[in-house]
Amino acid sequence: MPDVSIAPPPAATRPSAPVATPKSPAPEESPAFDIRGFSLWYGARQALNDVTIKIPARRVTAIIGPSGCGKSTFLRALNRMHEVTPGTRIEGSLKLFGDDLYGPGVDPASVRRRVGMVFQKSNPFPTMSIEENVLVGLRLNGVRDRVFLRERLEESLRLSALWDEVKEHLHRPGVSLSGGQQQRLCIARALAVQPEVLLMDEPCSALDPIATARIEELIQLLREKFTVVIVTHNMQQAARSSDRTAFFYLGRLIEFGDTRNLFTNPSNPQTEAYVSGRFG
Amino acid sequence: MSEADTIAACRPSLRQQKQRRVTSLAVTWLMGASALLVMTPLFLVLYFLIREGASSIDWNFFTQLPKPTGETGGGMANAIVGTLVLLAMGAVIGVPVGVMGGVYLAEYGAETANYWIRFTADVLNGIPSIVWGMVVYAMLVLPFKGFSAYAGGVALGLMMIPLVMRTTEEVLLLVPQSYREAGLALGIARWKIITVIVIKTALKGIITGILVALARVAGETAPLLFTALGNNFWSHNLSQPIAALPLQIFTYAMSASDDWHRQAWAGALVLMLMILSINILVRLLSRGKSAS
Amino acid sequence: MTHYAEELEGLKETLLSMASQAESAVAKSIRALVERDDMIARQVIDADNELDELEVKIDDAAIHLLAKAPLATDLRLTAVAMKISQNLERIGDSAVTIARRSIDLGTEPQLKPYVDIPRMCSMSLEMLRDAITAFINRDPEKARRVIPRDIDVDNLNRQLHRELASFMVERPPTISRCLNLMTISKTLERIADHATNVAEEVVYLYEAVDIRHSVHKSNEAENPNR
Repeated sequence: MPDVSIAPPPAATRPSAPVATPKSPAPEESPAFDIRGFSLWYGARQALNDVTIKIPARRVTAIIGPSGCGKSTFLRALNRMHEVTPGTRIEGSLKLFGDDLYGPGVDPASVRRRVGMVFQKSNPFPTMSIEENVLVGLRLNGVRDRVFLRERLEESLRLSALWDEVKEHLHRPGVSLSGGQQQRLCIARALAVQPEVLLMDEPCSALDPIATARIEELIQLLREKFTVVIVTHNMQQAARSSDRTAFFYLGRLIEFGDTRNLFTNPSNPQTEAYVSGRFG
Repeated sequence: MSEADTIAACRPSLRQQKQRRVTSLAVTWLMGASALLVMTPLFLVLYFLIREGASSIDWNFFTQLPKPTGETGGGMANAIVGTLVLLAMGAVIGVPVGVMGGVYLAEYGAETANYWIRFTADVLNGIPSIVWGMVVYAMLVLPFKGFSAYAGGVALGLMMIPLVMRTTEEVLLLVPQSYREAGLALGIARWKIITVIVIKTALKGIITGILVALARVAGETAPLLFTALGNNFWSHNLSQPIAALPLQIFTYAMSASDDWHRQAWAGALVLMLMILSINILVRLLSRGKSAS
Repeated sequence: MTHYAEELEGLKETLLSMASQAESAVAKSIRALVERDDMIARQVIDADNELDELEVKIDDAAIHLLAKAPLATDLRLTAVAMKISQNLERIGDSAVTIARRSIDLGTEPQLKPYVDIPRMCSMSLEMLRDAITAFINRDPEKARRVIPRDIDVDNLNRQLHRELASFMVERPPTISRCLNLMTISKTLERIADHATNVAEEVVYLYEAVDIRHSVHKSNEAENPNR
C-alpha cells in the first residue's frame, strides 16, 4: 500500500489559474438527508454501523465501496426499501428535509413517494405499455385527471431523454424497448410521481457503454431538479458523474467529501487503497 | 506415464468405438420404445372411443334427452349441459378460494403457516374423490333431504381448491421480485401491487392452472354419485338432481341395453374430447406465454 | 505485484534512470569545460538523444497508464512523471549547450580559472539530486527546501554577468569568450530552475498541493527578464 503522507491538503487543484468551481449549480441549500448514528441489522448481522452523513440537496452523491460494504443497504434505507426483507432493525435518525422518515406512524409508502428508486436491472412492468408504465405510480395512487396525466407523461419522458424516441409509440409494450431505453423508462416512471430524491442502485451496470453514457448525461440534467444518490462500483463513473462521494467499507462510512478531492487526494488511507484499485 | 501416454490410453480402440456406437444406438431405441409405450394408452383410449362411439355421435346425441328404458335413440343433451353447469358451479367455489389461497401463500404467508397450508393442500389433493362425495353428501344432501346440483357443484369446487391454490402459488412465485420492488419504490400500496402488477403478470399461468383443474374434475364420477345423482330430464332448478356426462356414462354402461352401451361409448368420447380441448387450450396459452 | 502496479514501478524507475543520466550529462559538460576536453564535450552532445528517447518513453508509458484511469496517488504520479521527464530533458539540452560552448571556448586560451561556474554547477546539481532523493524517499519537506536555493543560483548568475559584462567592455578581444561564459552561466541558472520545477512536482505528488508560482521568488520583481 502506498505510503501517502497525510498532510491535510487544502482543496488546491492542478490548473494554475485561480479556479472557480466549473459550472456550479445553485448554491447549496440545507441538506436533503441528515443522518446521524444510523445503524441497521438484518437479524443478528449488522449491515450498517453508526453512519453519520449529510447528503446535499440537488447534487449528485455517489456511494462507492467493495462488495458487501453496505452501500446498497444504505441506499435502500433511504427509502425504507430494506423493510421488504423481514427481520430488519434500525437505530439512529434519518431525516429527509427535516422529516424523520422512521418516525412512529410514518407510512413507508409515503416515504417512497418522496424518495424514488431505480434498480440495477431495468424492470418495466411487462403487461403494460410505455405510457402505462410511466403513469402507473400516479394512477395507482388515485390520480385520474387525464390532462394532468398526459402532461406528466410527456414531462417525465422528456426528463429521462426518452420522449423523442417513443412519442409515436406510447402504446407499445414497455418491454419492447432496448436495455438502455428500458432503464430510461424506469427513470421516467420513477420521476412521474415527482419525488424529491432519486436513488439509483448501479443503474448502468447492465448496460453497454453508449447507453451508460446517455444515462450519465441524464443524471447531470436531473440534478437541477432532484437530489440524486447513486450507488456504483465503477469509480470512473462516480468520478465523472457526482459532486460528492461517500466511501463505505464493512458497514461504516469511511470518507465523504468532494468527488474531485476524494479521487485525486483522499484523506483516508483505506479510501486511497480502494480508489487505487489495491483492494476490493 | 506422460500426459501424451494418458491421452493415448484414453483414446478408444477401433473395436471399442464400434461397441460404443452399438450400445448408444441400442439405448436410443430403448428410450424411443419407452416413449411410444407411454403414449400407447392414449392412442388406445382414443382408438376404442372412436371405434365404438363415433358412429353414435349425431345431432340427436347433442340435442335429445335420454329416452325411457326400452326405447332406442335419444341423446345426452342434458348430461352435456349438466357437466358444464356443474363445472361452472365448481369454478365459482374453487377459483376464488384457490386463487386467493395461492396469493396468500405466495405474497403474504409466514414460513410455518405456509408449510402447514401447503401440507393441507397436498393432503386434500390426495383425498379419494369418492370420499369427497360422501363428505358433501353428509354436508348438503342429508340436511336438505335431497340430491342437488348445488351439492355436485360444491363437491367439484372443493376438489378444485387445492389444485388451483398450488398452481396459483407456483405461478406467482415465478413473477420476479423486482416487479414487486419497483411497485413498492413508487409508493404504491401493497395490495394494489399484488392485484394490478403481480397477478396481471401471472394471469396466463393462473388461468392455465384453473383450466387444468377444470379438466381434472370434469371427469370425476364418484363425487357426483352421492351429490348430483343424475337426472334423465332437464333440471330446471339447481336444488334438484342434475345429469352429468360421467354419471350418465356410468349408468348406461352398467345397464343391459346395447343401445345404452352404444350411447355410453359416445358419451365417453364426447367427455374425452372436452377434456382434450381444454388441454389443447392450455397448451396454446402456455406457448403464447413462453414466446413473449 | 499486479501488472498495473508493475507498470507504475516501471515508470518510476525509468524516471530515476533519466534523472541520473541528466545529472551526469551536466556534470560531464562542466568537466569538459574545466578540463578543456573536446572529446568529453562531444560525448555529452551525442548522449543527448538517449535522454530525448527516455522522455518519449516516459510520456508513452504515462499515457498508457492514464488509459487505465488511475486515481489518487497513482493519478498524480502519472501526471508528475510527464512533467518531470520534460524538465529532465531540458536539463539534458542545457548540458548540450554547455558542451557546445565549451568546445567553442577550447579554441581560445582560458580567460581565468573557473571558480564560480563550477560552483553554480554543483549548486544546481545538488538541487536536482535533492529533489530526486525527495521523490525516492517520499519526502516533500526535503523537496520544499530545494526551492529557495534557486535564488542563490540566480544571484550568482547575475553577479557573474556583471563581472563578465564589465570585463568585455574593458577588454574587447575577450568578448566572444565572455559571451560564451555568460551563456554557460545562464544555462546553469536554467538548470536550477528546472530542478526547482522537479521539486515542486514532488511536493504536488506527495502533498497534493500545487505550489508552483505561489512560492514567491523574490527576485522576480528585481529582474523581470530572466
